[in-house]
Amino acid sequence: MTVPLLQIRDLSVSFANRRGDPFEAVSGVDLTVNAGELHGVVGESGSGKSVTMLAVMGLLSPGARVSGSIRLDGQELVGLSERQMRKVRGRRIGYIFQDPMTALNPLMTVGAQIAEAVRLHKPQVGRSQARERAVELLRLVSIPMPEERASQYPHEFSGGMRQRAVIAMAMANEPELLIADEPTTALDVTIQAQIMELLERLRQDKGVGIVLVTHDLGVVAGAARGLSIMYCGRVVERGLVDDVFDKPLHPYTKGLLGSLPQPDARAARLRAIPGAPPPIGARPSGCAFHPRCGFALDICRAERPGLRPIGATTVACHRAEAVAMREAVEVSVHDA
Amino acid sequence: MSLTASGNRKHRAGLPQWATLPVMLGGVILLYWIVVGLTIPLWAPYEPTMLAGMRFQPPNAEHWLGTDALGRDVFTRTLYGVRYSLPIAGMVIFCAVLIGCTLGAIAGFVGGIVDSIIMRLVDVTLSFPPILLAMAVTAALGPGLGNAAIAMVIVWWPIYARLMRAQVLTVREREHVEAAVASGATRPRVLVKHILPLCWSPIIVNATMDFGQVVLLVASLSFIGLGAAPPTPEWGQMISDGALHFYRWWIAAGPGIAILSIVLGFNFLGDGLRDFLDPRSK
Amino acid sequence: MSTYIVRRLIAMPLLLLGVITVAFLLTHFTAADPLTSIIGERQMNNPAVVEAARARWGLDRSLPERYVIYLGNLLQGDMGTSFRTRQPVAHDLMVRLPATLELVISAMLLGTIFGVVLGVLAARFRDGPIDNIARFFALIGASAPVFWTGLVVLFIFSVQLGWLPGPGRIDSRAVAPPFVTGFYTIDTLVAGDWAGFRSVLMHLILPASVLGWTVTGIVSRMVRASMLDVLSQEYILAARAKGAGPLRVLINHALRNAMLPTLTILGFSFAYLITGAILTETIFSWPGIGSYAVAAARGLDNPAIVGVTIIGGAAFLITNLLTDIAYALVDPRVKLSRQEGS
Repeated sequence: MTVPLLQIRDLSVSFANRRGDPFEAVSGVDLTVNAGELHGVVGESGSGKSVTMLAVMGLLSPGARVSGSIRLDGQELVGLSERQMRKVRGRRIGYIFQDPMTALNPLMTVGAQIAEAVRLHKPQVGRSQARERAVELLRLVSIPMPEERASQYPHEFSGGMRQRAVIAMAMANEPELLIADEPTTALDVTIQAQIMELLERLRQDKGVGIVLVTHDLGVVAGAARGLSIMYCGRVVERGLVDDVFDKPLHPYTKGLLGSLPQPDARAARLRAIPGAPPPIGARPSGCAFHPRCGFALDICRAERPGLRPIGATTVACHRAEAVAMREAVEVSVHDA
Repeated sequence: MSLTASGNRKHRAGLPQWATLPVMLGGVILLYWIVVGLTIPLWAPYEPTMLAGMRFQPPNAEHWLGTDALGRDVFTRTLYGVRYSLPIAGMVIFCAVLIGCTLGAIAGFVGGIVDSIIMRLVDVTLSFPPILLAMAVTAALGPGLGNAAIAMVIVWWPIYARLMRAQVLTVREREHVEAAVASGATRPRVLVKHILPLCWSPIIVNATMDFGQVVLLVASLSFIGLGAAPPTPEWGQMISDGALHFYRWWIAAGPGIAILSIVLGFNFLGDGLRDFLDPRSK
Repeated sequence: MSTYIVRRLIAMPLLLLGVITVAFLLTHFTAADPLTSIIGERQMNNPAVVEAARARWGLDRSLPERYVIYLGNLLQGDMGTSFRTRQPVAHDLMVRLPATLELVISAMLLGTIFGVVLGVLAARFRDGPIDNIARFFALIGASAPVFWTGLVVLFIFSVQLGWLPGPGRIDSRAVAPPFVTGFYTIDTLVAGDWAGFRSVLMHLILPASVLGWTVTGIVSRMVRASMLDVLSQEYILAARAKGAGPLRVLINHALRNAMLPTLTILGFSFAYLITGAILTETIFSWPGIGSYAVAAARGLDNPAIVGVTIIGGAAFLITNLLTDIAYALVDPRVKLSRQEGS
């Protein structure tokens, strides 16, 4: 088997709080993304998905402690020096931020910011060449009149346009991997669809692997092949999108799906997950989801479930079989 | 703008919220000067204008800060100086706040042509560099500490007028004011009972910060020769004496440090006060 | 250009007229009869001399009359004649202006450069020793009276250490360079007088540092605050995600944005500089407008006082306007936000 594009093994990230006590934001995360594949990472805010991605980029604050392994095309990234890491950022991994309103420097023209990304990694490229490349990239992300747009400032762009510009910036050096951290959250629904289309087109045309981080399963549904669900700093379920959507095995996934508005009669059962994710540093014992879980038993409070394969998916839940049964019953009731 | 520690605002156990290090430091400095000002005649080693010994003595056991060109004790004169600086600064701030806030409140509350006249006056006054205006006014009135004080009121009132007007305009829109108007309260009553009480905190913070600046400006005017007249142990006047003999550093050292400490004290206090009264400003 | 600036431009002449009027009125309600300072106290008993002087200096006319005449003369660049120097005030001011500008500009440069560096370091190493030292340094600069710090540095660097010369613009034995710009630094260079240039520069260091110090504090605190704000912005993270190095992030991305709020402070610090210049010039025997103003105010030299006050007010107004224009030019967003009604 070929080496996966991005392979995260047993990644843990801990920070020290104000009093100096360490707490873990991400614990033992495994994640594999193949070249040219779009992989969704889904979780509520505080689930550790952004921290995981910033760990890949080496952009965590200096106080963060990272352990485990992050391999890009087989090359280990954990433990690289800042200088070595800088050669990875922007060149081999492009990063797309959540809020395009704040991810662009307000005092630089959009073209200059993209050109900067080019020249940072290819100093031999001249200024005018870099500018041409910027225009070309703006055209790639379907910005109309890219020549004029390149010399405009971010505030002259609409939200969707800015996100396109941010994507162009991330694509400046044709990276192997794009990390898109909630790329559509700050945008209008119609614009969201356009941005997702753009990402999909880049994946197909440029063969770039994409990690799509989102709290919205709906965004992932149409686009991703693989899917990882995160809760409280851990991956709780992992598999192909079709399998997970068809047969969610973790109560949390089921809850997320249950809270999805659906066009058919099942919409009647639309419901939100009760409660809210616990704050970092006050995570429950055992399975972190147990206080919000309708399936919880004593074992869930006492013992943290490990990931185990059930059918085609992998899940971390003591009660996965029960969840599967319930799902089957509900579907049959509905079908009947 | 905050000049003092923002990083040092860790809360200390067992102390009230406002008691940060800068506030306490500022408080101690100012308390020291107030006590000195009130009690100095009781324990001063010499009289402030007395020729206490040889001229130009460097600091020694008898004259802690040495003696000046006439043989007066610099330490005694420095301590007596606070009896001029603090009361004058206090008077200036009080009058400036009174005049400025009255006019500002009227401008904000009445509006129209009254507002325009008052605010244009404010604009023009604030167009001058403060010290130049103060110099011109003092020169016109004739040199002297009292006239310097009047000049400083003229320089300072517009700042409070502007502040007060902005406050009144904001508070006026609040619902409780509208309710008072709707229930038939007279306009002056609405202003005094319902609007003004909510306008004070930025005024107080600014007044505290400005206190130090006024002390500085009083001393500056005296230094230039427009404030206190020679035998007066006023700090600016003393530094002016010291400037003639600047190679005898001790003559100006006492009053210099005195001014520095008092201005620092008010800056510390004002900063802390702002955090306490207006938590929004971080 | 934004409507805001247009409005400011329109208000300028009106404010200037206000400044002129106030300055004029002030000095014509003086308690002491200005004649005393013209002809001396002894001659005040001599009616013939008093009458002649009154007519000679135009003091026999009514106030509105004098005001109109003054305005008319002012339009032609005539500010009247100084009682003290018996020279046209405009001439006096022009002769002294370069000295003051040389001092103030040097101080502004020193204060700003030092303040920005200090502010950036303080923000970068927040709450560390550098931050605390910068804070202390800034506090002293803003709280100490310049007329005392001037004496202190004179004593230390000139008297004790002998590193730098005492008061004055140039070595007292040297001849002033031939007039070209009035800036001694430039004029000595134009004349090819290297020894003179060195002397001028050495003379400039102390007063410019003392004066600049007052601004350093304001600037460094402002830069620190806005740097901290900017450094937490997402585009800083985005710049790092592009692969930019720490220096590039700090200077190209963070500092550039942090300088915007600092610009407004620079206009405001100009008030400090004028205040400080008057006192610094007095301490360092600097033959500029500040020491002229002090002499005028002491000597009840009304035409000179009015002249200086008007020039000071005008300089103040123009600096504030320039700051706003600079702000609009630097920040591409200003046009929009101001028009949207803030």
